[in-house]
Amino acid sequence: MLVGLTWLLGCQVAGELLVRATGVPLPGPVVGMALLFVVLQWRRPAPEAGVFAVSDVLLRHLQLFFVPAGVGVVAYLALLRDAALPVTVGLVGSWLAGLVVTGGLVALLGRRARG
Amino acid sequence: MADVLDWATTSPLVLLFVTLLAYRLGVWARDRSGGHPLAQPVLVAIVLVGVLVLALDVDPADYRAGTTLIAFWLGPATVALAVPLHRQVRRLRGLVLPILLGIGLGALVSILTAWGLVVLAGGGEELARTMSTKSATTPVSIALSETIGGIPALSAVFSVIAGVGGAVAGPTVLSWLRVRDERARGIALGSVSHGIGTSRALHESETEGAFAGLAMGLTALATSLWLPLVVLLLG
Repeated sequence: MLVGLTWLLGCQVAGELLVRATGVPLPGPVVGMALLFVVLQWRRPAPEAGVFAVSDVLLRHLQLFFVPAGVGVVAYLALLRDAALPVTVGLVGSWLAGLVVTGGLVALLGRRARG
Repeated sequence: MADVLDWATTSPLVLLFVTLLAYRLGVWARDRSGGHPLAQPVLVAIVLVGVLVLALDVDPADYRAGTTLIAFWLGPATVALAVPLHRQVRRLRGLVLPILLGIGLGALVSILTAWGLVVLAGGGEELARTMSTKSATTPVSIALSETIGGIPALSAVFSVIAGVGGAVAGPTVLSWLRVRDERARGIALGSVSHGIGTSRALHESETEGAFAGLAMGLTALATSLWLPLVVLLLG
């Protein structure tokens, strides 16, 4: 487990360094994810390797790690109430439009690629 | 008594305990309700802790400082999203181009509709700019908002709401739209609801979660690339 955690933190550190060195507009952990993917494809660790065990535990409780940021919303309740109409219309409408376009396009083109 | 309350509302020990407890209640609610869409642990925990924070007048800055121990794990957990992708990599075959096209176009549509709808509904241009970054994962949303003249902290709030809303409603809406391919469902959920949508997708299936995590990363990139162009045209 500890070896696995070291791999995760190592990839995150490398990701943060890369982001700072290159100025690529991505968060360090997302670059770290890409790096870990490359490492896994290249080294192909056994299924019982620590990196898999740690990752499965963290991902099972991924929702927990978003709670502090979510609670931060309470500080903006008054602001959200004052602009309730544009905020609601913009958030719901744009979220739906993005979902329809991306989901629809991938499903449609993916089907065509297979058929 | 006031001393005790002062201690309790600033102590990391208490704030962490309350957060973990609220999350456990959320998990319990999800299991007891047989996975009802509204019973997302993240939503239940945010509402419960949020009500407590308001009722006990906890300073949001104190809460954030007290729970850094939880927020810290978001980084390593994001890196860990490489694992489901590694296991599912064979299912990417034939889908690379559709994914790039879908996310590229979807990110542009998200930005334009967010901007346009906010203005149409009577919000100002600053609010439109602030909303336009909301499909990107929170740190990217904040950074982009800064560069295009939005309100960064509010962009983070919009990202979180888009994420939680997607975790609640995303799979249901995708079923209405008859998007049944797990990979397309994951890509769509990750592209409009980033990490929080991914957490719901992971609970649906490993395939859906793997593709949602991939979409979260690509959407952050696509949004960063499109936004300067959009600002040039609309700004």
